[in-house]
Amino acid sequence: MASLKEVKMKIGGVKKTSQITKAMNMVAAAKLRGAQQKMENFRPYAEKFNAAMGNLSSGMDSGSFPLMEVREVKCAEIVVVTSDRGLCGSFNANILKMADKLMKKYEADGKKVSFLCIGKKGASYFKKTGKVRKTYPDLMGTFQMFNARAIAQDIAANFLAADADEVQIVYGKFQSVAVQKPASQLLLPVKPVAADEQAAATQVSAAYIYEPSTEEIMEVLLPLYMNVMVYHAMLEVSASEHAARMSSMDNATNACKDIIHNLTLIYNKARQAGITGELMDIVGGAEALKG
Amino acid sequence: MAEKLQLEVVTPKGAVVNEVVDIVTAPGYGGEFGVLANHAPFLSTIKIGVLTYKKEGKEQSLMVSGGFCEVSNNKISFLVESAERGADIDVDRAMKARERAEKRLAEAVQHKDKFDRVRAEAALHRALSRIKLAERGKSA
Repeated sequence: MASLKEVKMKIGGVKKTSQITKAMNMVAAAKLRGAQQKMENFRPYAEKFNAAMGNLSSGMDSGSFPLMEVREVKCAEIVVVTSDRGLCGSFNANILKMADKLMKKYEADGKKVSFLCIGKKGASYFKKTGKVRKTYPDLMGTFQMFNARAIAQDIAANFLAADADEVQIVYGKFQSVAVQKPASQLLLPVKPVAADEQAAATQVSAAYIYEPSTEEIMEVLLPLYMNVMVYHAMLEVSASEHAARMSSMDNATNACKDIIHNLTLIYNKARQAGITGELMDIVGGAEALKG
Repeated sequence: MAEKLQLEVVTPKGAVVNEVVDIVTAPGYGGEFGVLANHAPFLSTIKIGVLTYKKEGKEQSLMVSGGFCEVSNNKISFLVESAERGADIDVDRAMKARERAEKRLAEAVQHKDKFDRVRAEAALHRALSRIKLAERGKSA
């Protein structure tokens, strides 16, 4: 049985831990609000953008744009978007597992794989494979559109130089505060909008006046589209990260409470046992004097 | 008053303007263009510059950077990477940015670095538009 003092110290330690986890929980909650707001603000832009993109890309030959060119896949690049910090449950681990699986799938087909990591967690995880082409650490806290643009330009340049024939992006999708799921999406080559949407879109687009020509607009739009995709993934990850941290820190605080409860029981039992022992001594001593 | 059209300016940070206006003038691909109500469906890319619109006789301006715009059904939507009102512009910062961009542009031209030159040119363009807009705001 642990001594009284040891148990007391332990209770103190756990209490302090629970204070920290509680504080982290509240910080994460505040940051989550900010991240969700950012996502909310971005939504109208993304929706409008996709609508215009659909209007334009329908009925266009995908082979005529370098960013839409479908090549035989020899090298694939996986863009892994994770958080910079840990202590958010299994959130990063899930993303990394998915990226890992994707890599194995490519390699099983005899294709080369390279990584581009946004966020420290992914970078440190894939470092040992030696396949990391580029990392963008310390962005997730304060990133803006121009950060996403720099990354998107890099990805596009790599694709155009034929160093990668296909680019996949793996990130954590924010479904709700309680649920974040890893998701992967094909980033390059850009796929034209699906056929059933095309029918509706062509009727509208037929009447449009384009300035400059549709082809030239597409040239401008495709890189922008990449920005939107990367930015969107980063927004999702940042919101998911804070949501995941919030719930995992909540769990940690609850676990601390349980431990404190158990330790207090042990402490009280030990204290009681000590008092009983002392009483026995006194009674024993008194009996001896009497005799 | 004649018919009006709905103006919408959307950036990745959220909607900046959503108003009913009389006329919109914007820096398009082939130069500045104006849009009135009942304009034909139209889609153009937008360059860095100043977007102006008139609402009930009052003229207002925004500095916009690259993106595109769509006109249909009396509605004009701009999708741009950033949009700022004249009052929000920090003139000192824009002036400094202009100096920086000019210096970098000169360096890039000297070294014949095309990529840097394009970037410096864009930065200079942005700074100049900001200054222009800020000055216009003062005189009005």
